[in-house]
Amino acid sequence: MFINFFFALKSYGVPVSLHEWITLHHALARNLNDCNLTKFYYVARAILVKNEIYYDKYDMAFLDTFKDIETTDEMLEKILEGLKKVKELHLSEEEKKQIEELDLDQILRNFEEQLKQEHYKNHVGGNKAIGTGGRSTQGAWGYNPAGIRIGQGESRHKRAVQIAEKRSFRNYSNDVTLDTRQMRVALAHLRSLLPIGPEEKLNLDATIDATCKNAGELEFIWESKEKKAAKVILMMDVGGSMTPYARLVERLFSAASSQISRFKHYYFHNCIYQDLWTDIERRESISTQEFLKSEDNDYKLILIGDAEMAPSELTWVNGAIDYWYHNDTPGLAWLQRLRDKFKDSIWMNPLPRRSWGYVQTARMIGGIFPMFELTLDGLDEGVKFLMKGKGKFFN
Amino acid sequence: MNYFKGTGDYVLSPELKDNVNVSIALARPLLVKGEPGTGKTLLAHSIADGLGKKLIIWNIKSTTKAREGLYVYDTVQRLNDARFGDRDVSDIRQYIKLGKLGEAFNSEEQVVLLIDEIDKADIEFPNDLLNELDEMSFYIPETGDTIKAKHRPIVIITSNSEKELPDPFLRRCVFHYIEFPDEKLMEDIVFVHFPDLEKKLLREALKKFYWIRQFDMLRKKPSTSELIDWIQALIAGGISPSKVEKDLPFLGTLLKKKEDTDLVNQSGSAHYGYSSSVRTRNVY
Repeated sequence: MFINFFFALKSYGVPVSLHEWITLHHALARNLNDCNLTKFYYVARAILVKNEIYYDKYDMAFLDTFKDIETTDEMLEKILEGLKKVKELHLSEEEKKQIEELDLDQILRNFEEQLKQEHYKNHVGGNKAIGTGGRSTQGAWGYNPAGIRIGQGESRHKRAVQIAEKRSFRNYSNDVTLDTRQMRVALAHLRSLLPIGPEEKLNLDATIDATCKNAGELEFIWESKEKKAAKVILMMDVGGSMTPYARLVERLFSAASSQISRFKHYYFHNCIYQDLWTDIERRESISTQEFLKSEDNDYKLILIGDAEMAPSELTWVNGAIDYWYHNDTPGLAWLQRLRDKFKDSIWMNPLPRRSWGYVQTARMIGGIFPMFELTLDGLDEGVKFLMKGKGKFFN
Repeated sequence: MNYFKGTGDYVLSPELKDNVNVSIALARPLLVKGEPGTGKTLLAHSIADGLGKKLIIWNIKSTTKAREGLYVYDTVQRLNDARFGDRDVSDIRQYIKLGKLGEAFNSEEQVVLLIDEIDKADIEFPNDLLNELDEMSFYIPETGDTIKAKHRPIVIITSNSEKELPDPFLRRCVFHYIEFPDEKLMEDIVFVHFPDLEKKLLREALKKFYWIRQFDMLRKKPSTSELIDWIQALIAGGISPSKVEKDLPFLGTLLKKKEDTDLVNQSGSAHYGYSSSVRTRNVY
């Protein structure tokens, strides 16, 4: 009946499977949604969507499919359209008591009858039928404690379409820029793909030896095997056009250092020359030449920068952006040296991918390093690229 | 038919309550995610309380293997016993100890099983449990026994999303993401913990709390459990609402990192704090 919802979800990129779709129908067959579109919205979301980053896409698909559907809530609104609000009714205590004696079942029956007879249109101030301001048991702004309240003021039950329209999960979507927690999740790929830490294993030979020496008293020898750990170097562009992203990138660093045991980080401004800065204010530095000589080449190198600068900063001797800084070797050559040393390297760019083609320097750097967007998706993609060792086959 | 209505000491949103009932009715595990400190683990306690069932908790650690949840075959004990002839070692059954999952299957009555922080374990861990959770039974090759659930346990799984969970596993779950409670719901939650709390103090504390949470730059945002600690401290210290409004006493209960405390202290007024979010361009 609403199979188009399934395809709408698919087309928005929510990974739903037939398995889940059938589960949803099981749930509907048992009326777990109480014949209510709002509940259906939540039940279907719980069954079909398994990650909060897709909630926003689910909302959009839901809107597409159910925007124009007529629900019971809307019928009530139509009833109200036929009514006009009049002044609130003032009743004596005695009258109030009389009204309180009516019981709910009776009222509900009455209400249904009224609905059938379509009495509701433009009815004001009566005592029995639906209307406003009257003492009847149905309608708004009247007085009857046992009465049925129709859409008065704020409804407690938000309509599902309105909830979807709010799109309150937009920030959880996986194409917005990152916060610390999300970055940690993405960086965990670096760790999770390479098992680290000791693993306990029984050393059979040593156990037999030790047991023999112990005159047959059992003695177990466990050995811990250290596995290869992810080793990561992060280099980050700070200052200038990167200033707006500095805080963001700083958070990336703080997330990274808690995830990866062997982790080093350096800073640069626009491009790397003979000095690598070790602090964000760029006062302390080490020599890039020394760095290239001394580090192991099995580090994964992640550079972060917007790659947006004057082409001369990459290609000229003394082209560095800071007037006091003199470089004998053009930046591009330094980048190439880094690339030659660390085969597993990527460049993360906080600017959206579509803009890279318009920035000449971004294209130049993109020819040296594989470049990815600094979003959750991009980071995921980049980290997977690193871990699969695809870097060796780039250019 | 089990129907969970909630319990007095745990405030939950109607959507979460519905999802709990959906997962019970469909006999599928309920996977709960959400910020730390939003009461994921407490949910299982509340369900067990509300339905009057026993709760079995399986805490997952980074070294936990799926098999440990089913059973452990204590070979070392058996080897030791063999040397002294204390027990009849040919009876392997006495060296088989059921894990938490096995315990839940073997229970005479229906239980609530909480698998806490499933994302801590190895990435393959949830996949290893697929069949067991589907069929609610497992086979012990050492004894040739099959342990089959007498009553399908109600399974609640929590995750902090430190790792992605595998798709086949996710397909079998009902998923709920606990949103951070808004001020209205938060008031209810706090009142459950402190029934005679002064309204004015609560309002000031909540105002400050949500103001602090607005900072995008925080390394760790304070959560519900930290708010409750903070209010406890405010009550114990006899702090007046006006003092909470003016400065932030006992900030250490809310913020656990020095950088965060500095950040909040630096940005004196609420206005500045908001505009120093990351998304603001701040070029000098």
